[in-house]
Amino acid sequence: MSGATFLRLSLVPLAVIVLAFFVLPMSQLIIAGANGPLGLKAYAAILLEPRYRETLVNTVLLSLAVTLATLVISTIAGLFVQRNRFPGRAVLIAMLTFPLAFPGVVVGFMIILLAGRQGLIGEVTQNLAGGKVVFAYSIGGLFLGYLYFSIPRVILTVMAAVEKLDPRLEEAARSLGAGPWAVQRDVILPALTPAFIASSAISFATAMGAFGTAFTLATNIDVLAMLIYTEFTLGANIAMAAALSVGLGVVAWAILALARSFAGAAVAAAG
Amino acid sequence: MTEVQGVSVHLQACAKTFPDGTRALEAVSLDVARGETMVFLGPSGCGKTTTLRIIAGLERPDAGGRVLFDGEDVTHLPIERRKVGMVFQSYALFPNMSVAENIGYSLKIRGIDRAERAARVAELMALTGIGGLENRSIDQLSGGQRQRVALARAVAMRPRVLLLDEPLTALDASLRERLRAELNRLLRSLGITAVYVTHDQAEAMALGDRIVVMRSGAIAQIGTPREIYFEPANRFVAEFVGAANILEAEAGEGFLALRGGRLPIGGSAKAVKGNVVAMVRPEAVTFVAPEGALLTGRVETVSFIGDRLRCTVVGVSERPLSIDAPNTISVSPGDQVGLSIDPDAVRLFPKESA
Ligand SMILES: Nc1ncnc2c1ncn2[C@@H]1O[C@H](COP(=O)(O)OP(=O)(O)OP(=O)(O)O)[C@@H](O)[C@H]1O
Ligand SMILES: [Mg+2]
Repeated sequence: MSGATFLRLSLVPLAVIVLAFFVLPMSQLIIAGANGPLGLKAYAAILLEPRYRETLVNTVLLSLAVTLATLVISTIAGLFVQRNRFPGRAVLIAMLTFPLAFPGVVVGFMIILLAGRQGLIGEVTQNLAGGKVVFAYSIGGLFLGYLYFSIPRVILTVMAAVEKLDPRLEEAARSLGAGPWAVQRDVILPALTPAFIASSAISFATAMGAFGTAFTLATNIDVLAMLIYTEFTLGANIAMAAALSVGLGVVAWAILALARSFAGAAVAAAG
Repeated sequence: MTEVQGVSVHLQACAKTFPDGTRALEAVSLDVARGETMVFLGPSGCGKTTTLRIIAGLERPDAGGRVLFDGEDVTHLPIERRKVGMVFQSYALFPNMSVAENIGYSLKIRGIDRAERAARVAELMALTGIGGLENRSIDQLSGGQRQRVALARAVAMRPRVLLLDEPLTALDASLRERLRAELNRLLRSLGITAVYVTHDQAEAMALGDRIVVMRSGAIAQIGTPREIYFEPANRFVAEFVGAANILEAEAGEGFLALRGGRLPIGGSAKAVKGNVVAMVRPEAVTFVAPEGALLTGRVETVSFIGDRLRCTVVGVSERPLSIDAPNTISVSPGDQVGLSIDPDAVRLFPKESA
């Protein structure tokens, strides 16, 4: 058997998987979206129908905010943890990455424990200020939940990238007169850019599609995943649910592509 | 073009113990004169890099150690305020900047305006022979070009002292030799104070005004290349720098008693008696007719290595004697030969020096 034949044969299982799990269901979904009473207009409705449009905008904004906050927190924490040796370091890393395995439901539950009606923050503010602060069931609770969900994934990527940084680069910059801020700006952050792009893609896409947390907290929050669920189970509006799903995928993909080309241009401009 | 004014560097009792307990450096004191190129030479792990990093300000010496630039105490000054230039073995060029941005980085940090910066960068690029590459990115450069960029970047802001840690080690042999000559020319023309770390003795000889030979965190000898080569302070230096025949023998009445005869010794060594350790360089031994020679032996091996013959002769001392002979003479293994050694080329070490 020649090398080329072998390669072609090994492509067969891949082709089968791609077909069975990506191409077929995706095309089925796209067709289902256009098969309702609205026909192809179901896709247009995502943008034209105010309720759908607002939900879409909310979801994108929330996901962007979560991604940004995750990046900032994870970069600072990742740099600190990777660069310093201190007692309790292993415990801290374990704690930061612990939520990795939690399903969204558990994260939602923890947010309720923290900021729900009987939550910790409520208790404390009740006693201190006399007014109960409860934000678990609002966009604030969702933001916190998604943040909690995203940080472990991003922090691991950042830590791996920090570990690979050549310490000589930093020393060279310092020898040339760069203080701590200049070193961050000119050496560390540019070197971490690929890691930022990869991990913000993960963070953003996860936030766009997250369902468990939203479902657990669901009182007055509208995010796309919840909307799809409502259309599907309560409204039995399968076509709209399918159209919204496709819309969710396309918007997430488009924003990621945009971010990537923007970051690519930024790297090229700096380089 | 002697534009850069270096400083003199003084290390005073600088020891270094790392947090994990490794004693990398015993208390070392030394002076580097203004404009001098000082080379640190020694085997791996002897503390060369540690010493360099103490001068740079990347490591603090243990309590009691002091670093002075032109008499000014800089021990507690962080590297970014010491105004030193550094060239690393890996070059550590910034991958996110072009060649010109790398070279001009120190000027940009100091707020020098764009036009002046560009002029200085162009001047440095011409000086280091990389003109025309300003807009290249680092990964489009060859090893030799990277080395030059690193050098240009390090001298751009006219540092008070230039520190180089094995800057040529990553290059292949022929390029290394060429760049060594270029570097030598550049260091002289800049008139800069330079500290250069290497474990390559040929590099040390070629570049150093003086050489510091180091061994296990301590200074074994400081001297000019000639002093280090011809008058090594101890057996370690003799064997580390160049090839050396070490002879352990009985001395008396101006001679060393060897198995193959008597070896005259000269100068102040004449008075020495008893067990001694002596050193003779291979090129200081010449073949003579065996009849009437003070020393005789039998040729064991002869290798022709182009510019000379490297021979070993047995029966002279405990170990075979290495001899470098002119490539024109004819000797063959098995020949009985007489040997003559200039008494002044025999160096005696005190017995305790191992
Ligand atoms: N950060 C550190 N922590 C602990 N020990 C260290 C550290 N840096 C160096 N050492 C140790 O200090 C000693 C001297 O190291 P140094 O790097 O100065 O050697 P060197 O002469 O430059 O060797 P080489 O030729 O291999 O570069 C070595 O034993 C090394 O293992
Ligand atoms: Mg070293």
